Amino acid sequence: MRRFVLIAVPFLWLLALFLIPFGIVLKISLSDVALARPPYVPQFSWDEGIRAFLSQLDFENFAFIGAGAIVVTVVAIALLAAVAFPVYGLVFRRFFGGGLKALSIRSLIAAVVSVVAGILAVVIVFAVISFFFPSVVSLLEVDDYLYFQAYLSSLKIAAISTALTLLVGYPMAYGMARSPNSWRPTLMMLVILPFWTSFLIRVYAWRGILSQEGYLNQVLLWLGVIGEPLTILNTNTAVYIGVVYTYLPFMILPIYAALEKLDVSLIEAAEDLGCSRSSAFWLVTIPLSRPGIVAGCFLVFIPTLGEFVIPSLLGGSGTLMIGKVLWEEFFNNRDWPVASAVAIILLLILIVPIVLFQRNQQRQAEAGG
Amino acid sequence: MTQTVFAPWTDPAAKPLIRFRHVTKRFGDFTAIEDLSLDIYEREFFALLGPSGCGKTTMMRMLAGFEDPTEGTIELAGEDIGAVPPNKRAVNMMFQSYALFPHLTVRDNIAFGLKREGKPKDEIHARVEEMLRLVQLQKFASRKPHQISGGQRQRVALARSLAKAPKLLLLDEPLGALDKKLREETQFELMDIQEKTGTTFVIVTHDQEEAMTVASRIAVMKDGALMQVATPSQIYENPSSRYVADFLGDVTILEGKATKLGDAYEVHWAEGQPPLRAKSTLALADGAGCHLAIRPEKVEIHGEKPADDNVLRGKVIDIGYLGNISTYHVQLANGQTIRAQSFNTERDTRRAFTWEDEVWVNWTENCAVLLDH
Amino acid sequence: MSKLSPFNVVSLTLGFVFLYLPMLILVVYSFNESQLVTVWAGFSTKWYGELARNEAFLDAAWVTLRVAFFSSTIATVLGTMAAYVLVRGGRFFGRTLFSGMIYAPLVMPEVITGLSLLLLFIGLGMDRGILTIVLAHTTFSMCYVSVVVSSRLVSFDKSLEEAALDLGCSPAEAFRLVTLPIIAPAVISGWLLAFTLSLDDLVIASFTSGPAATTLPIKIFSAVRLGVTPEINALSTIMIGIVTVGVIIASISTKRAKVKAEADERLAQRTE
Repeated sequence: MRRFVLIAVPFLWLLALFLIPFGIVLKISLSDVALARPPYVPQFSWDEGIRAFLSQLDFENFAFIGAGAIVVTVVAIALLAAVAFPVYGLVFRRFFGGGLKALSIRSLIAAVVSVVAGILAVVIVFAVISFFFPSVVSLLEVDDYLYFQAYLSSLKIAAISTALTLLVGYPMAYGMARSPNSWRPTLMMLVILPFWTSFLIRVYAWRGILSQEGYLNQVLLWLGVIGEPLTILNTNTAVYIGVVYTYLPFMILPIYAALEKLDVSLIEAAEDLGCSRSSAFWLVTIPLSRPGIVAGCFLVFIPTLGEFVIPSLLGGSGTLMIGKVLWEEFFNNRDWPVASAVAIILLLILIVPIVLFQRNQQRQAEAGG
Repeated sequence: MTQTVFAPWTDPAAKPLIRFRHVTKRFGDFTAIEDLSLDIYEREFFALLGPSGCGKTTMMRMLAGFEDPTEGTIELAGEDIGAVPPNKRAVNMMFQSYALFPHLTVRDNIAFGLKREGKPKDEIHARVEEMLRLVQLQKFASRKPHQISGGQRQRVALARSLAKAPKLLLLDEPLGALDKKLREETQFELMDIQEKTGTTFVIVTHDQEEAMTVASRIAVMKDGALMQVATPSQIYENPSSRYVADFLGDVTILEGKATKLGDAYEVHWAEGQPPLRAKSTLALADGAGCHLAIRPEKVEIHGEKPADDNVLRGKVIDIGYLGNISTYHVQLANGQTIRAQSFNTERDTRRAFTWEDEVWVNWTENCAVLLDH
Repeated sequence: MSKLSPFNVVSLTLGFVFLYLPMLILVVYSFNESQLVTVWAGFSTKWYGELARNEAFLDAAWVTLRVAFFSSTIATVLGTMAAYVLVRGGRFFGRTLFSGMIYAPLVMPEVITGLSLLLLFIGLGMDRGILTIVLAHTTFSMCYVSVVVSSRLVSFDKSLEEAALDLGCSPAEAFRLVTLPIIAPAVISGWLLAFTLSLDDLVIASFTSGPAATTLPIKIFSAVRLGVTPEINALSTIMIGIVTVGVIIASISTKRAKVKAEADERLAQRTE
């Protein structure tokens, strides 16, 4: 009985305030916009019955925002990655005799080959599918490309800013892991402190720095590096900076955790066996910190995809991000059904990275015993 | 004055304290305990011995009430305890990890169980002091568990589980976390405390020396079944199976065919090697397959051929020097190795035998144990 | 690993400058006399005075604190229950769904959580205000609490609870007397995390708040959209100051605890 209460209370809470609301979003995404309160039809009523209610639901909103094209694109990207990564490893092992050497001409060749193989696979798969099911092609016809562009641009912004965050975060995590034991708690605290500070304020701080007459331009003009103030605020560049800045702790912490566990004697063993400093780094340190890198990248990529605050404060009218589009659709256009459809598609897209992230975490937990 | 030996298991009128009756325990598809029956008597120090995964911990957890038997019943003092939850059983357990409450002092840890009974304060206080005295920890009573050493923690755990004066105390690998020397000392302390308190102890261990030292009886377990239940000396000297002989102590096992010869058997075990004689009460058909188990300390090693039975000729291929004893590995012409041990009674760095020496080994017909196939 | 190379030193230095310089500028310019944020015109604390007289901000701050307090407290209770069920509950009907619902809000974009809750509240005909924000914040922050608490519970030696049962505790007593005191630090950090998340949240609060209740982040956001103002700088400085003091106190106390643990360790060894 006690156990039942223990389970039931949080369970029912989540059912009522997480799952059911989500069902409502799904339902509204299949409804039509109307000048009413609430502004959509059909409304469910017991008189007409479930069948009549269901028959009024349709996929019109999804067609309107180009959901088919978006899903097809995401599937294509996933397929490309699924083919390219194994091919890259295969090319390396089969043709380069497994002689690992990062950042060489050989890895470049392998990369090109694997990307070409991935693209070929995508083309073949879609050719075959559209041959047997010609209706698939019509999915790509979209009423309003705004949403399609917003999704693609969100993916692009999330990917680029994740890469930039990694570029900034890895050397920091590496430096932290190599610093003396007595410094580490302080450095940790310094990384975590911004995380506890208001997200909004941290984003806001950059408005003052990046604006036309902001501190950055003042400094650069004073130094004589530039003659004209740069336009950074309200562009995608400002969004990248904002994402790197706010999500940096999420990247550093998992990488640092992986590097800290790394046994120094492994590096020494590699050097003992004839590696140079740098090849020991590429062949031992990087592969062993890979779970941390993967975790960090997902921790940045996933929330960035649905980000609203950063694009709306730092990005301009040209910065299309799906979180912002959803917000505007809801608050400015009051088109609830379309906003709901946008939300559903965003969630569908997120499923891929979330599942990959979960798998990475699980493997790490298993490896950790 | 008649000093009776403590051996209630030989007395048919004695009532067991614990009775496992056809107990089976399954976890999903895995059978941890298979149709097991066992009696344990009052005041016994009973050891469950076996490798990890043999089901000994499951037996203990069933006694404590953390697991229920899938089939069969467990009785404590004649009562079926199947439906009694752990907090209502007159059974206490000392955990392998000690499970000392880190937020409570040594004193509060020991008093924990007494307070649950709602006894008067001064009674609890007196009992805690008594326990602290018993395990000699009066000085450390107000420390927290992480402020005392491993050996002291072990004693706190013991005191805590004894404080409620349980009918039965369960000890799950109680000495596993201590180093060898401390472990040996503590074994004797445990026996002392068991005798003083008169509590029935059931100990789970995978350490055969520990079981031999502390226990009045040992149950050797394998794959959820009992292999042999007997006193330490019976188990060592008269193992009932090859498994038991091999599990306890060092042994050389030869395989052969037995032929009855008076009150003994003659075992033909290899081409070109003389047959070996062994006394046994086993009833074996002529030519039946059997094992012959010989403990190394029972094997004598000679430089010249002795005029006894059971003499084998070989060559020393390995010597293990342990200080008090040396173990010789003697290889026979057919490749079989016989282990022989001798005490180093003299303080002499020179050894009687060295590598590649031609030697003879022998043992008396009473010393080899004949085992059924 | 140890021994810092020059590269390590440079990357750490630049990294921390990048992390802290923007906040430092914010703090410095909050003491600027001028209305123009980017031009320095002498030291002044007048914007703090302005802020103290700004009723709208004070109201919003009060609403935010109340929301954060109630939502984090409820979330801590629910999240601890959920963590206990997940780690110790064994199997039950709908366990997969349950753990899915616990982890999903962690990765769910805030816009979606906000939108779905708003649609629920409208569907139920609830007036949007403090209550709806509390409900919304509780829902997503209980998941964070349960992650923090369950990671503590996983490393918690189960035999401690069994020992309590063995010594005569009922399951409820075992939880109250043994489990709770031991996991208390995790529960407290869960509460702090939930509190901070609630203080910080803009998106979900924007969806679920009504005209009657505006939280501080909503207020800041609408002010910031128009541009950088010295008043917001002053407010930011106060918030940064509170967090900094809190984190420093927390890290000093962890350090103290560590020193004490080391002393205890030595004490334990001496008594061998």
